[in-house]
Amino acid sequence: MKHAYTWGAIVAVVLASTTGDVLLSRAMKKVGDVGHLWRRAGLVTVIGRILRRPSFMLGILMMAVAFFSLLFALSWGDVSLVAPASASLTFVANAVAAKIFLHERVDHRRWMAALLVAAGVLLLAA
Amino acid sequence: MTFRKYLVLAGVTLFAAIGDTFLARGMKQVGNISLHSLPDLIFTILDPWVALGILFLLAFFAAYMTALSWADLTYVLPATSLGYLLLALIAKFYLHEQVSTLRWVGIGLISAGVGFVTQGPALTHHPSHQEQPDKEPQPVGSRTEP
Repeated sequence: MKHAYTWGAIVAVVLASTTGDVLLSRAMKKVGDVGHLWRRAGLVTVIGRILRRPSFMLGILMMAVAFFSLLFALSWGDVSLVAPASASLTFVANAVAAKIFLHERVDHRRWMAALLVAAGVLLLAA
Repeated sequence: MTFRKYLVLAGVTLFAAIGDTFLARGMKQVGNISLHSLPDLIFTILDPWVALGILFLLAFFAAYMTALSWADLTYVLPATSLGYLLLALIAKFYLHEQVSTLRWVGIGLISAGVGFVTQGPALTHHPSHQEQPDKEPQPVGSRTEP
């Protein structure tokens, strides 16, 4: 039963942090190149535009949910399972979510990169 | 990709690794915190290592948001995963921990993944990038690289 709780919490971490990353990425794409905007309109404008994006706030919220889910996962399972499993699955989930929701061009190169990094993170725990 | 943009990606990588290291060090000094005394968590900020760790993680977040403003999520995430290599090197040479062969293989895979993704374009080009992100993807030749 404890096992099921642990994996449930890991899945929650992966879903929440992927949702958070997608929302933050979408918000920042809408804001546009921060470097250009800073030079043109100043830092206050940049921060103001970012904070006014609802998807930015929602993304932060999802990151907080992911963080607390991680705490729960860690309280049920071992660090050596929870940390690499959630980090590794998040890389793969992000590639899928970015393709579906952000319409990013995830070519062979990017799939390979996501899978290699995910596999590497898993091995770090071995 | 300009030199300045590579610097931002390096910042994402470095600040996250350094921030995590400082936080871990600080939390070891603070000791165990139970869920029943959650308000104690506030006072961990008084530990200088924890405070420094949070400062670095804030810098990480700023760099991460900057990178996401001009690069794809599927580019930024793998490109900045060299932090794992950095943490292994810190563990071996600074903390004198044993890093197993299997771990080095894992670090090799991560580095290969970083090499793969950084050779490609950083941003998917959408015809009208601001408002209509659901257009058909462009053929390879017409994608632009800033």
